[in-house]
Amino acid sequence: MSKTYIIIPGRTSQQGVGINEGKFEETYQSEISVLQVSEEDMAELELEAGDWVRVTSEHGQIEIRVKAAKKGELPAGLLFIAYGDYSSRLMGADTHGSGMPTSKGFDVTMEKIAAPVE
Amino acid sequence: MATVTTDASQQEPELKVVEDATCTFCGCVCDDIDLTVKGHEITKAKRACVLGTAWFLNHSVDDRPSCLIKGQPASVEEGIERASQILTKSRYPLMYGLSDTTSEAQRVAVSIADWVGANLDTTTSVCHGPSGMAFQGVGEVTCSLGEVRNRGDMIIFWGANPAESHPRHFTRYSLMPKGMFVPNGRKDRTCVVIDVRKTKSANTADIFIQLKPRSDFEALWALRALAAGVELEAAQVLADTGVELAVWQDLMDRMKASRFGVFFFGMGLTMTRGKHANTEALLELTRDMNRHTRFVCKPNRGHGNVTGADNVVAWRTGYPFGVNLARGYPRFNPGEYTASDVLARQEADAAIIIASDPMANFSEPARQHLKSIPYIAFDPKETPTTRHAEVAFTVATYGINVPGTVYRMDDIPISLRPAFECHHPADLEILQRIEKRVQELIALEAPAENDNSSLRPARDLANGVAAE
Ligand code: SF4
Repeated sequence: MSKTYIIIPGRTSQQGVGINEGKFEETYQSEISVLQVSEEDMAELELEAGDWVRVTSEHGQIEIRVKAAKKGELPAGLLFIAYGDYSSRLMGADTHGSGMPTSKGFDVTMEKIAAPVE
Repeated sequence: MATVTTDASQQEPELKVVEDATCTFCGCVCDDIDLTVKGHEITKAKRACVLGTAWFLNHSVDDRPSCLIKGQPASVEEGIERASQILTKSRYPLMYGLSDTTSEAQRVAVSIADWVGANLDTTTSVCHGPSGMAFQGVGEVTCSLGEVRNRGDMIIFWGANPAESHPRHFTRYSLMPKGMFVPNGRKDRTCVVIDVRKTKSANTADIFIQLKPRSDFEALWALRALAAGVELEAAQVLADTGVELAVWQDLMDRMKASRFGVFFFGMGLTMTRGKHANTEALLELTRDMNRHTRFVCKPNRGHGNVTGADNVVAWRTGYPFGVNLARGYPRFNPGEYTASDVLARQEADAAIIIASDPMANFSEPARQHLKSIPYIAFDPKETPTTRHAEVAFTVATYGINVPGTVYRMDDIPISLRPAFECHHPADLEILQRIEKRVQELIALEAPAENDNSSLRPARDLANGVAAE
């Protein structure tokens, strides 16, 4: 069974710059379509930068490239992704009476996959 | 407008400098930017951060048509007519967005929502909506950013990463400035960052506390207990928060010893398990701290005029977001009248999206439903939301082409100083014309239609028909 991680979608300055350049342009698209993984988790799953993983939440599934998070930025078990289409696909619609879907800190599983055929 | 013409030749577009322009990319709303403008392009934005520079240098005039209907170029008049028809024919229209436009435009938007009995919500619901709920429940001990700059000697960022989201926060307001009661600037201030991730902001901190994910609520209540002098079990605190009790005790001692403490909090609190319960706990802790010293608490607001949206919607309807106007009077209920819910439950049958991009940010069920209904979108740039819109208006950019008022994250209204004119219409102009046309259409349909009158007292009352 795949291991469970906690994912934190969040803001990055590159994503902010990309919004200004245009959401269909390279800066934004490349920033939102990569998953940051701690060094320990990269080693455990034998992942290298640019490898692909399948990330599954209770509500959705994405296939995405990975890169190692900056040293010390993420503890093992925590994943980070810049806000965007990919992070939204993992999010549930239920807001628990608050108007806000649980958009940070939810459980996902992650498994290594072969790069999809272009 | 402080405009200095520095050069002009017959071939070259005029080069001018706009002093003290206002950046509206984030809630810091820096109003000290000097822009060098060449024709329809900003070539330099002095003092802007990396995000502000990207904002100013990437908003030259978009060459898309000012209006597209179903993806095909159309006149603005046709777009206004189609938009007004969609809104008046809808039985449950949703109005959403509003955080990246002027308060003048927000005001007219709320009027339209009122005329058509819409469900009105802003991007606040998916950023600091839970904070808005907590403010109502607990109250807010607050101050302006000027007070933080001049007095704050203990600055705590909780679940916020201004180094990436509000890059000038530290230098302009919270850490670096030399203030009246902190004459040595950074040296007189202690900076604490509390987060689950060692963010770029953590590198700036004197103290970084790395929390166990989803334990903000427990950590805040541990601090509340320490503020009240309650003894806690060290092993329990460590298990609950992932942080030693001694670390929390040390933080509490420093907080009590400070003269003017400030919490800035971000979506690390509002988007995580607990949501408004987390922000309530933080506001209560702030209140507790005022028994010992002076402490305030402020949300780090994201979009340039999301604070204006809260203000305008509140002074027009009595509530800051998540307001339903279908019965002719405002009803507020987050979870029921918030955009994400209204769409995911497939309730809205039409929408008007102003200056926001739910097709990129909402959950999949909400996005799928939005895609299936006719909606109108306003944006200076092409976005996933404008791509699927039945009517998409390409609008002039607020602050760069359009004058008006925005509210900084501390509720201070600031005037905009646009850099150059643009042939695309402003949100305000289109909204005013839609409002006028909506009024005409409602007047036309008033006598004959009674099939859905119980759903539309707002409209009926406007036409002199008694509701119920
Ligand atoms: S901090 Fe925010 S408002 Fe100030 S220049 Fe940067 S993006 Fe603009």
